[in-house]
Parts: sequence; C-alpha cells; structure tokens
Amino acid sequence: MNRPRPEPVQVVRQRRDDALNALVEGVPYIRYLGIRFDRRGDELTAVLPFDDKLIGNPALPALHGGVTAAFLEVTAIVVLSWTIAWERMENGHRGVDDWDPSHLPRMPKTIDFATDYLRSGLPRDAYARASVNRSGRRYASVHVEAWQDNRERLYAQATGHFLMPTPDE
Amino acid sequence: MTDLSIEMKSKLARQFMEAIPHSRDLSMSLDELGDGIAVVSMPYAEKLVGDPETGIIHGGAVSALMDTCCGAAVMCHPASPMGTATIDLRIDYMRAAVPGQSVIARAECYHVTRSVAFVRAFAYDDDRERPVAAANGAFTVEQPKSGGGK
Repeated sequence: MNRPRPEPVQVVRQRRDDALNALVEGVPYIRYLGIRFDRRGDELTAVLPFDDKLIGNPALPALHGGVTAAFLEVTAIVVLSWTIAWERMENGHRGVDDWDPSHLPRMPKTIDFATDYLRSGLPRDAYARASVNRSGRRYASVHVEAWQDNRERLYAQATGHFLMPTPDE
Repeated sequence: MTDLSIEMKSKLARQFMEAIPHSRDLSMSLDELGDGIAVVSMPYAEKLVGDPETGIIHGGAVSALMDTCCGAAVMCHPASPMGTATIDLRIDYMRAAVPGQSVIARAECYHVTRSVAFVRAFAYDDDRERPVAAANGAFTVEQPKSGGGK
C-alpha cells in the first residue's frame, strides 16, 4: 500500500487560516463592527464583541437592530464564501497562494435578507453560526442563528438568498 | 407633529439620532419627519465598505440604516407609541449603492394596531428613480404604562 503521507498539520492549519483571513480581514465594515471568526475544522462561529457604539436603545440598553441584522448578514456571506473556498482547497490543495490579488474570491451578492428578532440584544458579546441549506450554481440559501449567553436561547435568526459569484468574474 | 415649528422639528430630529449611539456613530441624520413617515440619510464612509476592490458599502450597513429609519417612522406615527423594537425586517437588495454617495432611506409606517406597527421603506443613492434596496418590517408598539410608566 503506497498511500501518500498526510501533509504536516501546521501546513494544513496555516492554509485554512490564511484562506479565512483573506475573506474577513480586508473588509472594512467587518473590522468596523469588530466581528471575528473562530474556526474548528470547517465550522465557523462569528463573534461580535460588545461595544458601546453598537447600542440602539440606551435606556435598556440593547444592541441596535441594524447591528444584529448586519452581524447575521456578515456571518452568512463569510460562511457561504468559506464553504466555496473550503471545497476548492480540499479538492486541489489550493490555498490563498494561488488566489493572486486579481483572483481574490468574489463575494456572493445578497438578494434578500430577513431577520427575526427573538429577544432584545443584551449589552454582551454575541455569537452566530450559519448553515448553507442550498448552494447551487447561481443561487444559495443560508440560515443564520445568533445567541448571546445561552446557545439554546437564540436572540435572532435570519434567512438570506445570495447570488453566487461566477467562477471567472 | 404637524403644528410644531420647523426649528422645533429639526431639534427633535437631531436629538432622536443623538440618542441612538449606533446611528450617531454612522453619522445618520433624520432629514424629514411626518405622520408615520421618516427620511434618514447616511453619508458614505470608508468603514461601511463591504467590497474593498470596488468601494461598495456592505449590505449590513444598509440594513442598519433601514432599521433606524423604520423605527423612526413608527415613533412619529400619530398613534405615538412610547417605544418600539424590531420584530422582523426583510431587506431586498436591488443594486449596489454608488461608492461615494450618501444612502437615503424613506420609511412609511402604514398601519398600527395596539401591539404591532407595519412599515415599508426604500433606500436610494443620488439616483432617486432606481432604489438600492427595499424593506418590509413589523415593529412592536410599546403602550404607555397606566399610572405613569418608566
């Protein structure tokens, strides 16, 4: 049996982390909101650390509804792009190295995005995970769940539809 | 609201935005206020950009504007709720806003029950013929508490 040796873990980890960073770090709006992504294998969790500038109702206080919608939409787009990037990497061992600047992954475009506000957003960190429920050649449907203190008590959820980037755009 | 002087109105409008930290942080301004109608604009800024290659602002920033504008429309409805919160908001994105241009949202709170306010809104850049986005939402209506309230 002549199986090729698996790649060293550092190489694999570095390639995946670089790919994720390429999707997130260059986007000013993600940086402005302070969103970061934790990765476990292919699973991403978006983290929105609390900040005073994210407040919408100072009397409660509560997160701005627009911040919550934006957080969920950012999560949906990054997870959808990540799913595409992951496929590419796993099917050809290609990482960011061959995404030269002119071929940075094109982001999916939002067609529509509907957010359900289940509880008011507390002045605390928020977390979100997205699942790609359908990803075709042209359209994708993504569902996002967000929570704060308790994973079982969602504070918001959303469904969005996206136009997929064409491969050679 | 109709019998308020223009200065009074613009003062109230400024205070309304000043009271919302996130809207203030994005330099949103309440440009018009009527019975159940609000117009809110958000100037272009680098921090709003979602696609660094083109400078197009992120859809999430348009959502924040839409949510603020819809909330303002609920608050200035003649039923005068004491407060409001978003129950659900759906945004349709028709096209990218042109980089460098302000985005302006106009929301109309077209129906209010004892508990729910229904709102729709459109967002534009300099081209007022072709909307950038449309929104449809339901908001809570906080009734004044009997015996004073908070």
